[in-house]
Amino acid sequence: MNLEWIKKITITASLIAASGLPGAVAEATTVKLLNVSYDPTRELYQSENAAFAQYWQKKTGQTVQIDQSHGGSGKQARAVIDGLDADVVTLALAYDIDAISDSKLLPANWQTRLANNSTPYTSTIVFVVRKGNPKKITGWDDIVKPGVSVITPNPKTSGGARWNYLAAWGYKQKQTGSKEQAKNFIKALYKNVPVLDTGARGSTLTFAQRGLGDVLLAWENEAHLILKEFGTDKFEIVSPAVSILAEPPVAVVDKNVAKHGTGKLAEAYLNFLYTPQAQDIIAQNSYRPRNPAALKKYAANFPKIKLFTLNEVFGNWRSAQKTHFNDGGVFDQIYLP
Amino acid sequence: MELFQGKRRNILPGFGLSMGYTVFYLSAIVIVPLSMIFFNTIPMGWEPFLHTVTAPRVLASYRLSFSTALFAAIFDAIVGLLTAWVLVRYRFAGRQFLDALVDLPFALPTAVAGICFATLYSPVGWLGETFAKWNIEIINSPTGIVVALIFIGFPFVVRTIQPVLEEVEQEIEEAAQCLGATRWQTFRKILLPHLFPALLTGSTLAFARGIGEYGSVIFIAGNLPMKTEIAPLMIMSKLDQFDYAGASAVALVLLLISFSMLLLLNAVQEWQQKEYR
Repeated sequence: MNLEWIKKITITASLIAASGLPGAVAEATTVKLLNVSYDPTRELYQSENAAFAQYWQKKTGQTVQIDQSHGGSGKQARAVIDGLDADVVTLALAYDIDAISDSKLLPANWQTRLANNSTPYTSTIVFVVRKGNPKKITGWDDIVKPGVSVITPNPKTSGGARWNYLAAWGYKQKQTGSKEQAKNFIKALYKNVPVLDTGARGSTLTFAQRGLGDVLLAWENEAHLILKEFGTDKFEIVSPAVSILAEPPVAVVDKNVAKHGTGKLAEAYLNFLYTPQAQDIIAQNSYRPRNPAALKKYAANFPKIKLFTLNEVFGNWRSAQKTHFNDGGVFDQIYLP
Repeated sequence: MELFQGKRRNILPGFGLSMGYTVFYLSAIVIVPLSMIFFNTIPMGWEPFLHTVTAPRVLASYRLSFSTALFAAIFDAIVGLLTAWVLVRYRFAGRQFLDALVDLPFALPTAVAGICFATLYSPVGWLGETFAKWNIEIINSPTGIVVALIFIGFPFVVRTIQPVLEEVEQEIEEAAQCLGATRWQTFRKILLPHLFPALLTGSTLAFARGIGEYGSVIFIAGNLPMKTEIAPLMIMSKLDQFDYAGASAVALVLLLISFSMLLLLNAVQEWQQKEYR
């Protein structure tokens, strides 16, 4: 009796295993990649992924399926630290990838592994104002004037908001050479902020849909998206003369690709972003391409702004984060009575 | 045989099994996850812990969370009692529809509620426009938080009072009236003592829910440091700085205060029930 049962079980088990086999074989030619990114890149990576899939199929015959995950940059970094199986991360700022490297998922020198500080595209911070620019805003000094209401998200919870803050600070520090004046400038700026949303998209909605504020500080690509979504008859973009060069970096997560055996693919994927084809897509999505040819081709979309880098003014992301945004930092101080 | 019976105190069978299951269930679902807050906080040490939870911004957020939740719970208690009364005591067309509406805040993702409120009360929104004329600020102010919390907590009050109110026989009220009680006396002396435990439970639930509410509030609060930052937002912003210990510390204090308040209210309720009997 017992023996018979064992036989039955063995047969059933091998049947199940056999039925699973064809599926397993078919799947071997499809490779998967997970790109964990931040909020505004959704549309960009949809186009990039389709282009890369074609490129990869032609090159290797493999079908590649790239899954995207989007959310606030800091939250996404935390998800990867907590075990989200990202093959590559493409986040809003280097500090978030630094945090991932602190948990040993990739080496500390990750940013030197790819060209241009591992940022295949850049952006900057611009102003979005209501049509006709009723408050006559042309530059940074106009937005700290009394009576001008500014919408920007909370730098504690939003990567984009940190770029906004650093752009304003850097402008003033470069202009006056004084950190004290820069701090006062930031203080005056945040006095004009009636609401701090937790993310960049939240601020966009507050400004565009709920009608709050006279000016929105936004990523250049997000600003173009607002004009596309809500109409050029409602808003216009004002590019300040000086702003920050925002570099959203990309990196392979070494530990995860080693586990999945996707190292080659992940690397090829990120390198693909530097190719002329990918750079064109980048420009079409209103990110500033690194490739000079692509930049020239789409020059009309990108007004000349004098851009300074984060390292020029703040050293690096870790120290910027520590002085300005961590608990007890400058951002906390300006709100204390 | 006698010995056996002496041991068995409860007539219902299966006490051991069901108690075991209850303990296991409570541990797996409530105690173990919550104990992680303790374990995350302990490595921090006493000094940094105190420093974190007594920072002015954190204290301000506690004050805001507890006071807005309290106001919302009181409002819910009054309006919820009224709603339950109408739904139980009167029969009218559309009653079942109204009854179903009460549950909606339970079912709706709270973020959806938050976005609805923010749109409604914004300076260009339907209600916000009117309020703006009278210079009343709702969105981006503590008032806005209370509005959102009232919505979130409302069904708790209605749903706890409803079954109790259904139990109260109308004859008791009629008897009180026959004996010469005024309507107010009937309500005050007959109905309210009966309903009070349920009312207290309902508003406590609404209050507890309000303290922890995040999704709906962040859209309407404005999130300004020292002014309109709720405690759960402080936790989120600490997490965004990868400060797990700090986030757990803030959460731990929130948890301890909430738990002691719930215990206290349960004690009050027990005492009140004894008094009534």
